[in-house]
Amino acid sequence: MNSSPMTILVIEDEVPIRRFLRPAIEAAGYRLVECGTGKDGILQASQAHPGLVILDLGLPDIDGLEVIKQIREWSKIPIIILSARGIETQKVAALDAGADDYIQKPFGVAELMARIRVALRHYHSVQQTESAPIIQAGQISIDLTRREVRRNGALVHLTPLEYQLLTTLVKHSGLVMTQRQLLHDVWGPGHADESHYLRIYMRQLRQKLEDNPANPQHLITEAGVGYRFRVE
Amino acid sequence: MSEDRPNPDQLLSHLQAQEPNAPRGRLKVFLGMCAGVGKTYAMLLEAHEKMRSGMDVVAGYVETHRRVETQALLKDLEQLPRLEISYRGVQLQEFNLDAALLRKPRLILVDELAHTNAEGSRHSKRWQDVVELLEAGIDVVTTLNVQHIESLNDVIAKITGIIIRETVPDSIIERADEIELVDLPPDDLLQRLKEGKVYLPQQVERAVDHFFKRESLVALRELALRTTAQQVNRQVQMERAVSGTTKTWPTDERLLVCVGPSPLSARVIRTARRMASAMQATWLAVAVESPTLTGPPLDHLRRNLRLAERLGAQVHTLVGEQVADEIVAFAKSNNITKIMIGKPAGPIWREWLRGSVIETVIRNSGDIDVLVVKGEAEGNGSPDAPINLKISTPPYLWVLLVLGVCTAIAKLMSPFFSPVNLTMIYMAGVVFASIRLGIGPAIMASVLSPLLFNFFFTEPYHSFVVRDTQYIFTLIVMLVIGLIISGLTQRVQRQTQALRSRYLRTISLYFMSRQLAGAADRDTLIKISTRHVGDVFQCETVIFEAEPNSQLEPRHAAPSSFAHIPSEQATAHWVFEHQQWAGCHTDTLRSAQALYIPLTTSARKLGVVALRPRQATFTLDPEQRHLLESFIAQLAIALERTLLVQEAQKAQVQAESEQLRSALLSCVSHDLRTPLASITGAASTLLESPQPISEQTRNELLRSISEEGARLNHLVGKLLDMTRLESGSLVLQQDWYPLDEIVGSALERLRDITSHHRIQIELPPDLPLLFVDGVLLGEVFINLLENGVKYTPPGSTITIRSEMLAGMIRIVVEDDGPGLQPGTEEAIFHRFVRAPADHSPTGTGLGLAICKAIVRLHGGQIGAENRPAGGARFWLTLPQRSQPDFMATLDHAEALR
Repeated sequence: MNSSPMTILVIEDEVPIRRFLRPAIEAAGYRLVECGTGKDGILQASQAHPGLVILDLGLPDIDGLEVIKQIREWSKIPIIILSARGIETQKVAALDAGADDYIQKPFGVAELMARIRVALRHYHSVQQTESAPIIQAGQISIDLTRREVRRNGALVHLTPLEYQLLTTLVKHSGLVMTQRQLLHDVWGPGHADESHYLRIYMRQLRQKLEDNPANPQHLITEAGVGYRFRVE
Repeated sequence: MSEDRPNPDQLLSHLQAQEPNAPRGRLKVFLGMCAGVGKTYAMLLEAHEKMRSGMDVVAGYVETHRRVETQALLKDLEQLPRLEISYRGVQLQEFNLDAALLRKPRLILVDELAHTNAEGSRHSKRWQDVVELLEAGIDVVTTLNVQHIESLNDVIAKITGIIIRETVPDSIIERADEIELVDLPPDDLLQRLKEGKVYLPQQVERAVDHFFKRESLVALRELALRTTAQQVNRQVQMERAVSGTTKTWPTDERLLVCVGPSPLSARVIRTARRMASAMQATWLAVAVESPTLTGPPLDHLRRNLRLAERLGAQVHTLVGEQVADEIVAFAKSNNITKIMIGKPAGPIWREWLRGSVIETVIRNSGDIDVLVVKGEAEGNGSPDAPINLKISTPPYLWVLLVLGVCTAIAKLMSPFFSPVNLTMIYMAGVVFASIRLGIGPAIMASVLSPLLFNFFFTEPYHSFVVRDTQYIFTLIVMLVIGLIISGLTQRVQRQTQALRSRYLRTISLYFMSRQLAGAADRDTLIKISTRHVGDVFQCETVIFEAEPNSQLEPRHAAPSSFAHIPSEQATAHWVFEHQQWAGCHTDTLRSAQALYIPLTTSARKLGVVALRPRQATFTLDPEQRHLLESFIAQLAIALERTLLVQEAQKAQVQAESEQLRSALLSCVSHDLRTPLASITGAASTLLESPQPISEQTRNELLRSISEEGARLNHLVGKLLDMTRLESGSLVLQQDWYPLDEIVGSALERLRDITSHHRIQIELPPDLPLLFVDGVLLGEVFINLLENGVKYTPPGSTITIRSEMLAGMIRIVVEDDGPGLQPGTEEAIFHRFVRAPADHSPTGTGLGLAICKAIVRLHGGQIGAENRPAGGARFWLTLPQRSQPDFMATLDHAEALR
């Protein structure tokens, strides 16, 4: 991270939400730029050099999805979307369009800060292409160089597809991945609609790695959206 | 005239007619003894007078016959355009009924009441147009010649020798509010005739000598005067009855006329009508229908009954074999004072054979007078329908063949049997012929067999000469028996046929009513009845159903169907409006392709049934008409039933949604306002407190704001879920899901609230995938687990189990808490119903209703019960579809990598 504070761009038309976001974000040591419309937001995304964008999907002028697409045309900066529960398809569309994560309204400040940290960490680790060779998440450890997975120290045998799925999730650890993204990354293009494969493999992974597969601690399902690998 | 004693109904109708706002128009008739007396002229004078008094008068149709004086009078009146109808290349002008109804004057002139409209007009008779005008509240002035009155028809034919086909039913005359006689002494009329001042209708022109003879004219004049007098008399009586003047009724006579299947009965009926009218007696017509009566005689009987009805009789049909006994019994039970019966017309031997009805009636009638009058046929009906002896070759050839075979067999047997026995073989042939070949061939066989027998088997052989006189007797007996067998067999067959056709119709009616009873929705009803009616009557059938805006919509009509032709639809509309039969085979709008029948119950007008005959030979005899009526009544009742069910359902839904709305209101007003009040209160305390607030209080208030906010969010979320589920627009996004993943995501969502409970999951690892909407089913578990946490003390165990049953999976969420209050197991699944748990103020009363809706959408069931060991158990079952073999494809996918 640079010495000068990082800028976070908030694109949100609701003034009360901006009002409570400002002290929270500034207290965490970031600089804040606020916009009330999507067009203004796209403009600020290029001019204010933000390190992260918080975007509300329900904007008065243009669709939030459009904002994501336009920013993604030239930038890979993390985008976290704000969305309501019950409209999972909208979230999936935003994530598939390039958003990095989402947070459901209403949300607490702590939750938001955690998401911001995860997104930034992931962004910078990709930028610097440095990833730890061994990832530890609770009882699970994954050695990326030796392609070995252990649970409570015992070696677990994974099929190539299972291993591929696990590492794809781990690379985005903390972030949600949509089914489409996972299918595309693991199975390759052309399998994006066969989500039941994905569910069966996730179940196998949980049965091999989780202590209680029906109450998983690391391989988390985000109902209707996708999956998330949680480290802590 | 038939019922001159006013009964309450009559008085009522009279009173209604007198009301200033009476919806019906008044009818005035200018009656004349014949053409040329000046009826039209008198009518026009009247019109002028009314016009001068400021009345809105229109000449609907006035025939001036180019008489100058008449034309001059007509000139000053507003005239309706006439209806142009081209019929067989001839342009005909008719009275324009629709224009009249549209113009709706106060008074309209319509000439020549007895006129028959050209084909293509709405009604076949002008008097029907007039009735429609009167119904529409328009006063009508019209003209009529006395010979056109139905009941006088035969008398006039006698006087003038001309049968007038254009008749007006007596009921129209009786209905007239005013009759004005236009009189001219016969001598003056003859004078006018000579001067060429009288226009003669064509049919009269031919018989002008008969018609305009002085004697005829005198007789006609008398009839016209009498008719007017009768009508005046009737009115006088009516006035008296209304004004309460006491007066003994002239007679207390009740006349019964016996109607038979003979066409001769027609005259008897007319005579009865005149006599009843003269005596001011009530008159009844009765027919005795015996089961053996079929074919043309039955038609005649029905036609006669219709005539009696038209002439104003109360018509009754009795059923029985003993005609005379039935009549007498009926007369006695109906206080009849006079029985009128036609003179027998048949040959005397028939009476010897069957006994005379008249004599039995006379003998048994006691103190009832019996009048025997001469009958006469009218129209072209013949007294007896001729037996169909049409020669068609094959049956007759068959007879020859059969008799040939009989002869051959007899020849073979003749060495062993006496010749008399051989006649039996010929008898067998006759029986065969009469059963299989019909009456003609049977008679032929009856005649031929004695001849053949004589020719081949009596001495001298091969000659028609009979030597032994005994054989003459044999031959005659053979002939007679043969003829009797033919007749009997024929009769039996005819009866069988009639019974068969009746049986078939009864059966089809029965089947239709049974199918209609089974049909739940209107579409099926309409389809079933369309098919049945179409099959039974050999017609293309379309049912027009009335929409709420009274528009008629043809149901299930093929695009090419007649039901889309505008003129046909107009006919359907007319029928719907007027609730009368119309279209082809009726007197109204008969140029239509189809027959239209109103579809009505006593309570409401449902629509119109249209039948377009498939064959040109289609006829509608009274029996068929009756059957058709039964069909349509059945359909109407069935349709009304579905309508009532629909309405009841709608009312129930309305009541339920009303209940829901009030529950929602109470939820919104209480459950939403409570957290809002806490938030607002806490925030305003923090903002506006005049004294500094301690750190602890501040934190408490802030926590309260945060918690209440979460509670609000929870409630709104549930309300939204319920709304989404109830809106009906929700489409399940089903796919193959492992149950543990669904349960896992639900637990993940509830991480914060489940920390004080033990959640135990007992799902077998090899559980097949479920074909469900993962997100929605997840909501079910979220709600069930939330409930479990909410209604059990901390430290309790909540268990999720599953088991496979035949064709379904059963999932159980149970706890070891205090359990459900007995008796509430059903109610808790209703919206806004909460278990009365004092330590849970945050419930919305929606969670279980949401669960139920989601499980139902999946075709499953949900329920609750208390565990025997204590605690509540919620179970749900989901249908299990056979799972595709994923593992094969998975291995394949793995191998491909």
